[in-house]
Amino acid sequence: MIAILDYGMGNLYSIRNAFEKTGAQVRMVQDAKGLHGADGVVVPGVGAFDAAMRKIAPLKDDIIDVVRSGTPYMGICLGMQVLFDRSEEGKEQGLGLIPGKAVKLPKSVLVPQIGWNELKIKKHISILDGISDGDFFYFVHSYYCIPKDKPVVAATVDYGADVTAVVAVDNICGLQFHPEKSGPKGLLILENFIGGVKC
Amino acid sequence: MLAKRIIPCLDCDLGVPGGRVVKGKEFKQIKYAGIPWELAEKYYKDGADEIVFLDITASSDRRGTMTDVIRKTAESVFVPLTVGGGIKTIEDARAVFNSGADKVSINTAALKNPNLINEISEDYGRQACVVAIDAKRRYTGLEGKETVATPQGICWFECSSHGGRTFTGIDALKWAEEADARGAGDILLTSMDRDGTKEGFDIELTKAVAERVRIPVIASGGVGKPEHMLEVFKKTGAQAALAASIFHYNEYPISEVKEYLKNNGVHVRL
Repeated sequence: MIAILDYGMGNLYSIRNAFEKTGAQVRMVQDAKGLHGADGVVVPGVGAFDAAMRKIAPLKDDIIDVVRSGTPYMGICLGMQVLFDRSEEGKEQGLGLIPGKAVKLPKSVLVPQIGWNELKIKKHISILDGISDGDFFYFVHSYYCIPKDKPVVAATVDYGADVTAVVAVDNICGLQFHPEKSGPKGLLILENFIGGVKC
Repeated sequence: MLAKRIIPCLDCDLGVPGGRVVKGKEFKQIKYAGIPWELAEKYYKDGADEIVFLDITASSDRRGTMTDVIRKTAESVFVPLTVGGGIKTIEDARAVFNSGADKVSINTAALKNPNLINEISEDYGRQACVVAIDAKRRYTGLEGKETVATPQGICWFECSSHGGRTFTGIDALKWAEEADARGAGDILLTSMDRDGTKEGFDIELTKAVAERVRIPVIASGGVGKPEHMLEVFKKTGAQAALAASIFHYNEYPISEVKEYLKNNGVHVRL
């Protein structure tokens, strides 16, 4: 059973539909109780960093427990950015599960980045099984993550900078794009995730 | 680099149970093209980068939006879904988003109340607000207007509202700039002169708008064959091309159109 954390940051209708399409059993959860016992945890999120952190902060210890227990964990878009220590977008502290921060996209490009961009794969991880260099994914964001340890970056896209698109540390992965809006390739990533694979 | 998008548009008549996609010029000689969510899924599987539903019953009959159609579509379509037609207020927009749409397209309501663009963009993000502009060439009354030289003469472009039934006197080029400044995410630009003709996009119009805004312009109106899409991408700054009738009845499948564009140097997602 995949738990999708619904903490009031955006419409989760699509992400739920997308997981169900891949055949996963899905439960929307609002609290810590719902996170424990899940086979995988997905944290989506659209909106501002501080608003998200204020809502997710009460669950911080539980999220850390779940991650430490080895449960596959996926953060999507803002749900990826909150995995880091902080963001230029706000003042609140992030979850700090991955060292680093989120910064604003460069001034040389139109912000937010909205549209289909080509993945550049930096290292092979199992959630990217079946995904090739140059496959397109759908992005909507103004900030992007810069991890302290560069080797955790699994894929980037070119958008005024080398923009982190996928990070993976142990059982945690973060996707800057929206797999639920990225067509069959996006669904493939969700399938890889529910396959119980280690990210 | 972002891919150029190919977007099928489904004109929906919700006057029958479950709704139907129709094809027809100016509401006459209307032909049945299919069930909305079935056609949307077919286009999704064939490589559409986005799907647009336009509720063509909404404006004239003041019907509500197409909640059921959106819900059903969102179960099997995993690319962004835009819904337009009859969205007048932020509450109308909210109902559409809550059903599972990613973007709303507004036209008449934005012309009457431009602040609606700011409201939608602030609540749902810039990417969620598409401003549709239906523009018609005018070769007289040029004074005070943004003019463009065309092979047919110097003209300005007038915005129409209410699905093309009303003309507003508003300068489409200035309006596009204002929509951008207020927080629109895309301009869905339809040429009233070319719509339904299958003679190709209005290149001068598309070029002029794309040069004046920083946000993507979706070219619409007049596609009759893939060559027209190539032309609009080669000659203008359009980021996307929208078409309705050429995709219906398998006249030109989306996958073939995209293959053709790629072979001619356009950056598309295959």
